[in-house]
Amino acid sequence: MSVELFRIDDRLIHGQVVVGWGKPLGIRFIALVDDEVAHSDWEQELYRMGVPTDMDLIFDSVDGAARRMPEYLADARRGIVLTSDVDTMRALAQRAAGVETVNIGGLHHQPGRRERLRYVFLTDDEAEQLRALEASGVTVTAQDVPTATPVPLDQLLGEDAP
Amino acid sequence: MTNNVRALVVAHASLAEALIAAVDVITGQAGALRAISNAGLGAHGLHDAIAAALEETGATVVFTDLPAGSCAMAARRLLRDRPELTIVCGVNLPMLLEFVTQDGAAPDTVAKAVARGREHVSVLSRDVR
Repeated sequence: MSVELFRIDDRLIHGQVVVGWGKPLGIRFIALVDDEVAHSDWEQELYRMGVPTDMDLIFDSVDGAARRMPEYLADARRGIVLTSDVDTMRALAQRAAGVETVNIGGLHHQPGRRERLRYVFLTDDEAEQLRALEASGVTVTAQDVPTATPVPLDQLLGEDAP
Repeated sequence: MTNNVRALVVAHASLAEALIAAVDVITGQAGALRAISNAGLGAHGLHDAIAAALEETGATVVFTDLPAGSCAMAARRLLRDRPELTIVCGVNLPMLLEFVTQDGAAPDTVAKAVARGREHVSVLSRDVR
């Protein structure tokens, strides 16, 4: 079956991912790729509470996920690969084959970020990283829930972006 | 003005605000509650908003909507450094009405509110025997 969604979402495990995308896509595993979470038992316990018992939650560092990507892609179940930021997803796409599309699901306000959509705020550096990701052959769109119209990267970044 | 806030209600979109508005219409005692929405906030922003409200109000109870949503996640994270907190997931109107009309100092206020919230979930239909 394979990975149905490569998603950047700074809330990581939450209703939109587990229910909003999880149910219509028939998701049975989520690979949460984050160096900090991969080394924190407490954080992992917290996120495990957020997934139903019939959904497998796998924690991996960026290096680990890059090595295991063939396993995720060959998994018989449908899955989501989830990161909390652009840096992590870009690193993953650079080190592992098979990341063809990236979904920007939620990046909220932080100092230095400008609003691009109601649920997408980006610094100039993050915008540049996303452009580089797309230039490398990955299709990048913003879409918070499956029923929303995906917003292509060009439109997301707008004409006045640096 | 005396701060009477005993609990935060943390929920998606405008749910917290709407629940508290309904509590106010029914009891006039919504001063015991403060609303926090996760709208526009990432995990850290929401954590900080809840922490700031707890600091400001001295509230020790947090009602959230979904047990596994971003609101509950943020509240659970705070539990680590604030053992005095009680987090209730699955907030509904009957629960909040019970909470605000109970004596805030009583030790079983939260338990009574949760019980009321559960027991007031009912189904009415012509087919119910």
